[in-house]
Amino acid sequence: MSNWIEACTFDDIDEEDVMRFDHAGRTFAIYRSPDDEFFATDGLCTHEHIHLADGLVMDEIIECPKHNGRFNYKTGEAKGAPVCVNLKTYPVKVEAGKVLIQLG
Amino acid sequence: MNTAALAAPTKRDYSLIGRDSRLAVESGLAAAQWYHTDIPRKQMKELMKRSDGPAMRDTAIWLGSMVILAGLGVYFWGTWLCVPFFLAYGVLYGSASDSRWHECGHGTAFKTRWMNDVVYQIACFMIMRNPVTWRWSHTRHHTDTVIVGRDPEIAVMRPPDLLRVVLNFFGILDVWHASGDLVRNTLGNVSAEEKTFIPEQEQPRVVQIARIWAAIYAVTIALSIHTGSIMPLVLIGLPRLYGAWHHVLTGLLQHGGLADNVTDHRLNSRTVLMNPVSRFIYWNMNYHVEHHMFPMVPYHALPQLHAMIKHDLPAANPSILHGYREMLPAFLRQLRNEDYFIKRELPPTAKPYREEFHNEPVATAAE
Repeated sequence: MSNWIEACTFDDIDEEDVMRFDHAGRTFAIYRSPDDEFFATDGLCTHEHIHLADGLVMDEIIECPKHNGRFNYKTGEAKGAPVCVNLKTYPVKVEAGKVLIQLG
Repeated sequence: MNTAALAAPTKRDYSLIGRDSRLAVESGLAAAQWYHTDIPRKQMKELMKRSDGPAMRDTAIWLGSMVILAGLGVYFWGTWLCVPFFLAYGVLYGSASDSRWHECGHGTAFKTRWMNDVVYQIACFMIMRNPVTWRWSHTRHHTDTVIVGRDPEIAVMRPPDLLRVVLNFFGILDVWHASGDLVRNTLGNVSAEEKTFIPEQEQPRVVQIARIWAAIYAVTIALSIHTGSIMPLVLIGLPRLYGAWHHVLTGLLQHGGLADNVTDHRLNSRTVLMNPVSRFIYWNMNYHVEHHMFPMVPYHALPQLHAMIKHDLPAANPSILHGYREMLPAFLRQLRNEDYFIKRELPPTAKPYREEFHNEPVATAAE
């Protein structure tokens, strides 16, 4: 059964940026791409427990603020050292200016 | 400045697989949350923004100067006139490579990824640091900066081995150990300590790179023997010895004499204002507190970052000489009491140190 949770509004995130979203004891990262699309991943880097929302978004890449581990936030793919484990991604939709993330 | 010291010295175990490594994990010092100054997201994004321009310019100056200096050195070979050219070449080879390795390892120097990677490989070769091993060791250095038993890059352990420090101004021990590591890795051996921070899937690349480098050095040595001249080695390999002094001079200041086993870079790192030549060679790593707090900020934005957060940091040392006047007496005191360290005063505008995390049982003394 799909479980859509409101994470933020459309305007909460700048273009090519990321925002932290905490829900039910978990932390996520919500991204707005340069093309105004929204994406969501787990909020912590798979290398060490660092919040990706403090990192840098470049095109479709999120770079961890601590060790510069890079992921494709659209697919979750780890792009090389020091990250080796992919990031979990979540479906996202935008409705009436609200960004919803599907959990569970 | 305030200084602090424990009453009775304790012995530190710097092994990455030893007692203090285990204790750091058990006490929560390993992979801990570190203090950082608050910066609004918009400003942080501006600071982190990548560009190719500054690093392309600096790399062209760096490698271009090396080619010219090497050419002049070779031209004047056999006369004393070659000496200053090789000395300058040596600093660009044996010292500037240290900061290039570092910045490109972080992936922040250039915006274009392959440019970072190419300069990283070149610089690693010059500084004799296996690009795979050292990428991972530096990752650990940023996770556990100067945490005993966790940080593989502590330059001066306590009590300080001052002979080792002096020898390294000429790269002697570094090259000795790097050569040993090169031979060991070439033979397919990745050590137990290396395995603590290099993921298993990366370890074959350590060996692969070592074998390529061993081949380059073998060709250089063979060329020297064949030509009956040391010149090939003066160009490749030996500059890591005769040109190392500047990176040691600046690098020791990064953490020397400051606290260990803390989770606030203001306590264990030092920012030193330097002359423009040293800053070029060092690629602005003199802003070291800033770099550790925000490793994603490219070297060329560090002066701007420094201006933005200096209200929250101990005052920067105004010169290299000033830094040494602070650090060297601390080294000497650590010979008698290895728990001694410099605790630098924060300005009134700064957030205080988190004493609950750094509550050394200290007898505080003023110097």
